[in-house]
Parts: sequence; structure tokens; C-alpha cells
Amino acid sequence: MDGETNNAAGLWPVLRQLAKGDILGLGDSAASPRTGSLEARTTHADKVVASVCPYCAVGCGQLVYVKDKKIIDIEGDPRSPLSHGCLCPKGAATFQLVTGSHRVSHVLYRRPYGTKWETIPLETAMDMVADRVKKTRDANWEDKDKKGNPLRRTMAIAHLGGATLDNEENYLIKKLFTSLGIVQIENQARI
Amino acid sequence: MPGQPQAAPVKGFFTDTTLCIGCKACEVACKQWNQLPDDGFLFTGMSYDNTAHLGASTWRHVAFIERPAPLHPQNEGAFSWLFSSDVCKHCARAGCLEACPTGAIIRTEFGSVYVQPDVCNGCGYCIVSCPFGVIDRREEDGRAWKCTLCYDRLRADMQPACAKSCPTESIQFGNLEDLRKQARERVEKLHSQGMREAYLYGESAASQPGTEGLHAFFLLVDKPEVYNLPPDPIVPTKTVKDAWTAMAAGALGIALAALGAAFFAHKNGAQS
Amino acid sequence: MGTSFGRGGATDFPGDIVNSDVIVIEGSNMAECHPVAFRWVMKARERGATLIHVDPRFTRTSAVSDIHVPIRAGSDIAFLGGIIRYIIENERYFKDYVVHYTNAPAIINKDFKDTEDLDGLFSGWQKDKGHYQTRTWMYEDVDPEPAGGERESEAAKKGQPIQRQPIQAEHTDLTLQHPRCVFQIVKRHYSRYTPEMVEETCGIPKQLFLKVAETLCRNSGRERTGVFIYAVGWTQHSVGVQYIRAAAIMQLLLGNMGRPGGGVIALRGHASIQGSTDIPTLYNLLPGYLPMPKAKHDKDLETYLKLNQSPSGWWGEYTKYFVSLMKAWYGPAATQQNDWCYNYLPTLTGDHSHMNTVVDMADGTVKGYFVMGENPVAGSMHGALQRKGLRQLDWLVVRDFQLTETADFWREAPEIERGEVKPQDIATEVFFFPAAAHTEKDGSFTNTQRLLQWHHKAIDPPGDARSELDFIFKLGRRLKRLYQYEYADPRNWPIRDLIWDYPTQGPLEEPDAEAVLHEINGYTVHDGKPVEGFTSLKEDGSTACGAWIYSGCYRGGVNMTARRKPHWEQNWVAPEWGWAWPHNRRILYNRASADPQGQPWSERKALVWWDEKKQQWTGHDVPDFIVERPPDYRPGKEARGKDTISGIDPFVMQSDGKGWIFVPTGLQDGPLPTHYEPQESVIQNPLYGQQCNPERMEWMRKDNPYHQPYNDPRFPYLITTYRLTEHHTAGGMSRWLSWLSELQPEMFCEVSPELAKECKLKNGGWATIRTMRGEIEARVLVTNRIPPLRIKGRIIHQIGLPYHWSSKGLIRGDAANELIGFVADPNVSIQESKAFTGMIEPGRKSKGRRHVTSGRLVKKLPGREQDRDLPQARHKPETSHGFKAMETKEGNV
Repeated sequence: MDGETNNAAGLWPVLRQLAKGDILGLGDSAASPRTGSLEARTTHADKVVASVCPYCAVGCGQLVYVKDKKIIDIEGDPRSPLSHGCLCPKGAATFQLVTGSHRVSHVLYRRPYGTKWETIPLETAMDMVADRVKKTRDANWEDKDKKGNPLRRTMAIAHLGGATLDNEENYLIKKLFTSLGIVQIENQARI
Repeated sequence: MPGQPQAAPVKGFFTDTTLCIGCKACEVACKQWNQLPDDGFLFTGMSYDNTAHLGASTWRHVAFIERPAPLHPQNEGAFSWLFSSDVCKHCARAGCLEACPTGAIIRTEFGSVYVQPDVCNGCGYCIVSCPFGVIDRREEDGRAWKCTLCYDRLRADMQPACAKSCPTESIQFGNLEDLRKQARERVEKLHSQGMREAYLYGESAASQPGTEGLHAFFLLVDKPEVYNLPPDPIVPTKTVKDAWTAMAAGALGIALAALGAAFFAHKNGAQS
Repeated sequence: MGTSFGRGGATDFPGDIVNSDVIVIEGSNMAECHPVAFRWVMKARERGATLIHVDPRFTRTSAVSDIHVPIRAGSDIAFLGGIIRYIIENERYFKDYVVHYTNAPAIINKDFKDTEDLDGLFSGWQKDKGHYQTRTWMYEDVDPEPAGGERESEAAKKGQPIQRQPIQAEHTDLTLQHPRCVFQIVKRHYSRYTPEMVEETCGIPKQLFLKVAETLCRNSGRERTGVFIYAVGWTQHSVGVQYIRAAAIMQLLLGNMGRPGGGVIALRGHASIQGSTDIPTLYNLLPGYLPMPKAKHDKDLETYLKLNQSPSGWWGEYTKYFVSLMKAWYGPAATQQNDWCYNYLPTLTGDHSHMNTVVDMADGTVKGYFVMGENPVAGSMHGALQRKGLRQLDWLVVRDFQLTETADFWREAPEIERGEVKPQDIATEVFFFPAAAHTEKDGSFTNTQRLLQWHHKAIDPPGDARSELDFIFKLGRRLKRLYQYEYADPRNWPIRDLIWDYPTQGPLEEPDAEAVLHEINGYTVHDGKPVEGFTSLKEDGSTACGAWIYSGCYRGGVNMTARRKPHWEQNWVAPEWGWAWPHNRRILYNRASADPQGQPWSERKALVWWDEKKQQWTGHDVPDFIVERPPDYRPGKEARGKDTISGIDPFVMQSDGKGWIFVPTGLQDGPLPTHYEPQESVIQNPLYGQQCNPERMEWMRKDNPYHQPYNDPRFPYLITTYRLTEHHTAGGMSRWLSWLSELQPEMFCEVSPELAKECKLKNGGWATIRTMRGEIEARVLVTNRIPPLRIKGRIIHQIGLPYHWSSKGLIRGDAANELIGFVADPNVSIQESKAFTGMIEPGRKSKGRRHVTSGRLVKKLPGREQDRDLPQARHKPETSHGFKAMETKEGNV
């Protein structure tokens, strides 16, 4: 029991109604303390970050509300000339996309002929991938074709994906992989 | 606070179904803001409608109506597909509110009807008292839930999540009086363009005496029942209004006795 | 679009649709797939615009359209050709526009033969090679050389010195009467595309067709404009590029290009699909649409530049862009003496696009595969063949939010469930890296209107999740370390010299995305200062630039892509929101919004105009033209490069500055769109003896069987695939979310009541759909929205299949792509998934069989492969597809 009170607002609603003479219980007198102090959760966000919807290519503006280093809300950016604050159902679900429990947060590894996933450290995995790239590239290098035309490439490594990524990411992918002699670089544009 | 919120102009929704494209952004925006769970993953076979109806966890619901009839002058084929985003009507005379014995359901300073989840005890009286079948009890917690007209957002001067997300402005939010005016003009415009079927559903007490008018009203182009709306909704308590008023005095006496008892109990509790 | 107008990008932005008087949506279901962009269509409709939707199904777009035109999937060119004929026969084209801004007056080579002469083939078909030799498609007396891309000049092939001249018509007839002028050729080409023929081919009633044609014509001219909107409903065909070409021809004839409320808008499906083509994760391009070197032709820098630098038009600047790119990549190592490190670049020997990579994988030549933010097992055609490829790999790296079907191909797949393949027999080593979301990293997306918009990092990614930027940067650093003792070998020099020193920040030491944007924008080498735009780039190595078309996005050191001036503080073009390439121009070719003298065609449709006092172009948008070039400027014979662009050449990227109604060079399958049936059709081609696109890409393999070309008794129904509002592409970003999953929880098929009756299908029940590739199950949705069509007295049934589902996620279902074989458009290697044949039967009869692992699913019939081609086009060499034109993509054509 949290102590005695004469404040009708702290009482069982019917009593409060009666105390205020709102016999039909239709007015605001029936508001509970929770109701009384109800606020939009975005009101106390630490920051609002301007963003862009990650689904289709319309590019609707989004506002990402952050509190205590967690995303608490994502909605349309009313300033955007493209979207005027609107979002479609997918855009409106972005909050669940980025905060949902479906997201994996560890690197997973399946060894050859394996039957299960194993968790491995990120740094180890990065080392392993770099090692695989080097070995595959070195073992499958093509210098010239039969007629002596320059090839300078490996056809044993390929890449897929880019349409969901940032321009800066696509740029580094193309820059690194081309310099490694990888030519089979593709994305959703052909799908 | 707690305190007396300033009286604000009455707010509401005008849902113009002729502008709806059935995208369901309103359903998801609502779930996102109110952090509502899903309603199950069931294929209904009813056009593109798989959430089927409003419920404890679905506070906006888009109906899909495939009609073997044209919609003049918009589409001249022999077929038309109507969409309508349904929502709690926030009736001027709200059956749920009147039936709630715990005071969990209140009329807010915006004129909307709000269920206080901390007060609701899940008795379910409200559910049978809604002529639209809007309010519903959630299995998991037993309490009654429905659209809040984004009460928390309105407090922060934000518009409800559904109206904000709606890409085609089918859902319009604003001062009820302004919306009514806009809606009447819209009907006139549609009539002048040849869409004679357009009419407003529940925009005033005169047009819908059984609810004394809806704070969330609609522009429709077919009979209400086509959209799963009752043609002549009547708040159950309205028919027993006189009886209720007479009873109120008696109830007051009983309640005062209860008040005394409660205070007594309260004090005792505090002492123990 | 590149071949018609010069650039592979949407020419207008969705917000400008409010200015349209007529809107045609075809090959797109805009209300469902791009609902927020559809906002502008609804606003235009409220302002009185007429909305026309052409689609096999009555969709949510059709529901709010004034006219819905049901069409047989795969017959759009017949329909559009019919409209072109209507415009010409009834003299409804915008004459002043057509004469001055298009190549309609150009006279074509006297040896050119049309499909009217050759029963569906153009002149130049080479039986032995299975390809066209395109020389006869060229302007009269001009040596072939394509728009900024194609390098296969005959002279080059023979190793002769290249004497090129600008591709500009030597002879024209401004009266449009010469029998070999483009206008007359087009007129003849479409002369048989009559309303009656349209009805027979597309199933569109004559009266409905005429109504559409008349509505389009009525809403064009000086005072009015119309827009064409398409998406993958057009690109995913074996004649996909030519669908878009047909719309381009119409828009040029009607004078709708470069004007408010006009243009051709491609609606793209991924947040940065335009960006990933501009800065391509594509095999055939370097950033900014510079072609990758070809082994056979581009032996050295000199040849490469010669073959790519156009003597006329904007591609005359090619060397500046290429040298600046090499400086951005290899820094001080790139010098004039070593050809700017040209020989660091790998070369191409053919088509190395996705489908070829997959078959190479299946055949064991690809060992390692990176998949980032894509899910080919569910999203690409022929899932079983995709998985067969993955099983042959040594290693696979998948980066995504959760384990996708691609990451889990070795544990969860139809052939695993059937026991035909066992995980313990699969040697592939698989790495799954969790990816950071857009809210967890800085970076820019390029949207469907070529607009770059920056998204800011809001929080750190969870656990070991990282951005692709971080992944690739750190992979690169590791490789530099691994190779540091092997730099004696020239093959490792590109790794040694690769500029890879991006500053890092924060506890995760993530690379600074803005530093990468700075490099993309370009800078002067000596002081690292950002350049102002691509006009500042030099060919002497003093500037570096990662993607010339994006140059200017970081002008003055300001991240222009992060600009967010509210729309209510600017005009409808909103030039201060983000940044659009090129040069922040929002409506391309907008010089055409003014008449030849430089004044708007009408006040109502004013956009940019010539300001006589200031002697420059000005207006509501940034002029897409040389700002100080007066309308009356005409180049002399000796002019080269930019100087060849006259004052009445709105299409500045084209070598002749004109909109190409007829494409003399740059396309593989013909200068004019011609109706061909899909690889698998329900009818014989009503127009020509040649059934299919003769240049289509086929994969004649045991694991990729095709149905008979038409009237296959085993597969009597036409199938089309599509997306729904409630899901995103292959489902990786939607099937795991409860809020979206509940809205469309199960895989279904859409059938008409008539087909339901014929096949005993029950609404809400189950159906099995089968092709030679595989069989899937789906719930049945019986609806009048997919009406049967009447074609030549015969009823054609179509089956609709959304393609979002697969074997993982919160909601699961069979993937439509399991049904689709490998067959593609020759210009851009995009597969044909919008029209193919199949069988449907009631109930859950699928045993999860896939041809690849289960063997033949249906009984064999005598092959009728030859019916796809005329005798002279038969027996093409297999999978030899030569080189591509410069554009690529879902619509970027």
C-alpha cells in the first residue's frame, strides 16, 4: 500500500467519478494517472535522425527516433518532396525490420559437409574469407586467352548483390573486386 | 499530470474510400506506433483481405470488395474493386463507453473514445455494446482494445499514425467540423463528375441518429453493408436511455454507500 | 532508354506526374508496388488527368484508373505498335518536335531491310553466328559506331585503323517523305499493327484500343503532355528492351520528352537499384557507364579509348572520365607513361552476367561466391538450378539480416526434404555475416528518379553485424597484407597500388562513408579539394573521380545528398532536396520543353527556356543542356565532341543530339521494336513467321528444359508473376516481419472463375502448378480480376503468381521462381519471368520435385524447338552471346 491519499485521482475510477460528480462517467474525470500523463514516446527522444526508406526505389524520407541508443520509432519525414511524410506498409514496418528478433547478431559458419551452423568470431571469419579469396584467386588466374589477348582475371570468384546497398558500398565492392581481377560482379538489376 | 487537460476542438477522421488504393499502410503504421502484435497468419480467400476485421490487435482494417459492377465514371469496365479503411468510429454517443462499468472507457479532450488499459478489467460489456463490432478483447491479457485516435500523439500535436502514413490522403485527420465541410464538398464534386453513388456515412447526428454521428466517418459509393458496415447502427444504451437516467439516481445512492465503505477499507488498509 | 535518349535513367520524377494530362501505366502495378509515388498519380487524377492501366490483371492500380486494358502477358509491343501506327496514320504526331528533336528525318542505309520484307527478321542476320550484323541499320553514308558503348565496329574486328566519323545523319528529309527516312520506315514497319491485329494478338477489344489511342493523342501537343510509367513488367521478357523502346518511340512522336508531366519513368524495386547501376556492381561496366575492356578488342588504352570515345556528342569527353577514374583507384601509380594503369583492369570475353555465372557454378568453374543483400534462391529464376550451383562451390559468403534461403540452401530446400541431396554430401563451406541495417550506417541511396539521398547512422549495429562498407574495406586491408610479399608479380600490382586509405571512426573503426563519397565526387589530385562537377575533370591526371556522373554531389565539400530543405520552401522540382545526377538536373532532356527558338511550347508547359538578355538557358529546373549555347548555334563539319551539339539538340548524350525513334546502332535485336512471342507462348506469332526474338539468350542444357514454343498440350495456360504491396521482392525484408506477414500470409495463385471451373479449382483451396522445371503448391484465389481473353475466337486463360514466398521465414510457401527457366533478353541479360506457360490442377499434388534433381516431371513430346525461328535463324551456337550494349538492368534500358 503506498499510503493514504485524499486525491480522488488516485482512487478506483468509480469512486473518482462520484467524487467529481460525473455520474455517467463520460468525461475526463475518469482519466487514470497513466492516462493523465500519457505522452507520445517520441517526445523525449534523444535524437531524431534523417533517413531514407530501405525498401523500394521511391526513396521516401524517414525519421528515426533514438532514445538510450535504441530506436523507438521510425516514421515518414514530412519535409520530403518525394513522400510528404507518407510511407507504404513496408516503409511503415521499417521499425520491425531493423529492431526485430529475426536479426542474427553473430557470424555463423558451416564447414564442408557439415550439418549445422557454428558461431565463430568475426575477426576469425574475416581472416578465413580473405584467405579463401587469395587461394582461389591464385589457383585460378587467367593471364591471356588462347589467342594471346590479355585477360588479367579470375573466373573462379563471383559476386551478387548491390541494389539494397549504399552507393559507397557498391563503389568499394567494384573497386576492390575489379582490382582483384574478379569480373563476375552482378546485382538485382538483372532480376 | 494529472490535471484538467485543456478542451481542444473535437478531432476525427474522414476516410474517403474513393481515394483508397488498399495498400494497408494504415494497418501497419498503426501496429508500429501502438506496437501491436499480429492477428495470426491466415489466408482467408477473401480478395486481398487477410486480417478480416477490426479486433483487439488490428485497429485499422482495409476491406476489399470485388464487385461485378462498374463504378461510373471512374472505371467503365463491368467490374470494380472497392477499398475502405475501417476504424473505430469514436461515436458521438458511444455504446462502449456507456456500457463500461469500470470507467475504463473515457471521452478525451479531443472528443475521442479511449480505453484505459490500466483500468479495464476485461468484463467485456463494451464488446456487445458496440454496434460496429469494433472493440475486442485480446486473448493474451483479457482486456478490451481498440483505436485510441492516437491519443498519445494528439497530446504531442502529432496526427494519428494511420492518417500520416496514408499515401493518397484517403484518411484525413483534423477538426471534425472542418472535415465535415470538406467531405460535403467532396461529395458534391464527385456528384458533379458523375459519381452519383457517393455519399457520406455517419457524418452527422441527423444522418445517423443511432450513434448521434461519428467522429470517424466515411465517404462510400455502395451500400454500407457492402463494406461490412451496419446500415442503421444504434447504440444499445440509446434505446434504454430513459431507463438509465432514472436508474442513475438510485445508483448514486448505492455508490455513495460504496464510497464510504471504500474509504473505510482504504484507511484500514493503510493502517494494517 | 539509353539507346533512345542517351541515358539509362528515368527521365522525369514521380512528383512531376501531377503535371500530366494523361498517365499510362503499363508493365507496372504502381499503386501496389510504389504506393507513395502513386500519391502523385492520384493528385494528377484529382486535377483531371486520365489514368490508363494496361495489365493482364485488374490490380489495385486498375481499381482507381479511368481505363483498364486487359492484355495478354507478353504482347505489349503489338499494342504499342498499334498506337504508333494510329499516331502516324492519323497524323497526330507533334510535327515540329518530331522534325527538329528526333531522328525521324534521317535517311537510312539503302541496304536496310525491314521485318516486313523478311517475315520477322531485319537485314544483317548471320546464320553462322546466330547474330545480327548491324551495319545496314546505320544512317546512309555513315560508318557504324554506337552511342558511347558498343565497340564492335567491323574495322576494329579486322584490326584495321579506325576512321570514325560522328554518327549524325548525313542525309535528312525534313518533309519526312523520303522512302528511306526513319519516319517512312517506321510507318511501314507498323503498317500491319492495325486495331484488328491488336485485338487478335493482345486480346484487347478494338473499341477499347481506339479509345486509349485517341486519349493519348488528345493529351499531347503544345498545351498537353502525357507520361509513360513502367517497371519490371516490361523488362522481364526476352524482348524486354524493345518494350521500352516502343514507349520511347511513342513519346518522341507525341513530343512528350523533356517536358513537365511527360517522359518515361522506370519504377525500380530496390532502394538503390539505380545507384548499383550508376556505380555498377555489374560485370560489363565501370562507374558512370564506362564499358569494361574487352579481351578481343581493347588491347591497349589507345584502342580502348578510340572505341569508346565518340567523336560527337557528350561521349567525346570519355578520356577525362576514364583517366580520372583510374587516378581515383590507383592514385600516383596511374601515370601517362603506364597508360594510367589501364592494364590493371581485367577483361571480358563474353556475357558474364548472373545467369551465366550460375550455370558456370553448376558446371564447377566458379569456386567462391559473395552474396550481399540478395537472395537468389528465392528471387532469381529457376531456384533448383541456383541451388545446384551453390552446391558445387568451394565457399560461399552470405551477408544479410537473417539466414535466407540462399544461406541455408544446404539444409532447407525441396531436394533436401526429398532426400535427393544430403547435407553431408555438400562440400560448400558457408560463411554467414550479419549485416547492418540502413539505420546503422551512413551512406547514400540513389532512387528511381536518379536522386541521391543520404541516410545518417542512428545507432551502432547489433553484435557482430557490420555494414558492407566495413566488410569490404577490412577485407581489402587483409588482402593487401596477405599479398604484401608477392608484389613482384604484376598480377598483384593492382592490389599493391589500390588506394585504400579511408579514414576510420568510432569504436568499431568503421570507414568514413563521406570520405568515399568525396572520392566518388572527384577531387583535384594535388590538394584533394572536391571538384565542382564533371566539367572540371581533366585527362592529364590532375583530377581523380570515382564516378563522373555523380561528380558534383560533394561540391565545395558539402554533402549535397544530405540536403533536406522542406518541400514547402521550394518549387515542385525541389532542387535543394538531395542531389540528382547529372548536375542536379531533375527532368532530363528539358531543352525539348522549349521550341527550336528556345521559347516554351506553351506557358502551361514551361520548364526551361533561352534568356536572350542573359544569353543563357534558365527556368524552373537546371537546364540539361550547355547553358550558354544559343538555340541558333549550328556546328561546322569540323566540329568534334561537345561542339557538335547544335542549339536544337536536346538529347546531348546522343552522338547526333536527337531522340532516336530508329536506333541505328547499339541494340542487338533490331532498330525497331517488333512483336515476338515469349519463349513459351500459348499462340503462334500472328504477325511474322519468326516466332521469338531471334537474338534471345537461351541455355540449352539438360537442367534447363523448355516447353514447346506454342500450343504445348502439356502446358496450356499462360503464367505471369508479380509483387504485392505487402511484401518486398524475394521476401528477405518482409517474410520475417509479423506486421507484413499477416497481411499476405500464404503463397497463392490467381485464377478466373472460368479457369477455376475448367480445372475444378476452389477458392481458398489448394492448387498445384507445374512446368518442366518444377512443381509448386499455392492457395487458390478465384477472382474476376484476371479475366480470360478472347483471341481469334479462342479463350486464353492466364494464371497470376506472386513470387515472394520460399522455404524460410515467419510465413512459408513455395517459390514461383522454381517454375521459371533461364531465357533472357539479349541486350541486358534480364530473364523472362513475366510470361511463360504451365499447367494447373486442384489439390496438393506437388511432391516437391525439381527437374534438376528429380529428373523429368512430365512425359516427353517430340521437340518442336525449330518452330521458334525461321529456317535462317535456327541452330544458333549455344550460349554465345557476345557483348552487351552499354545499358543494363531492370529498366535501365
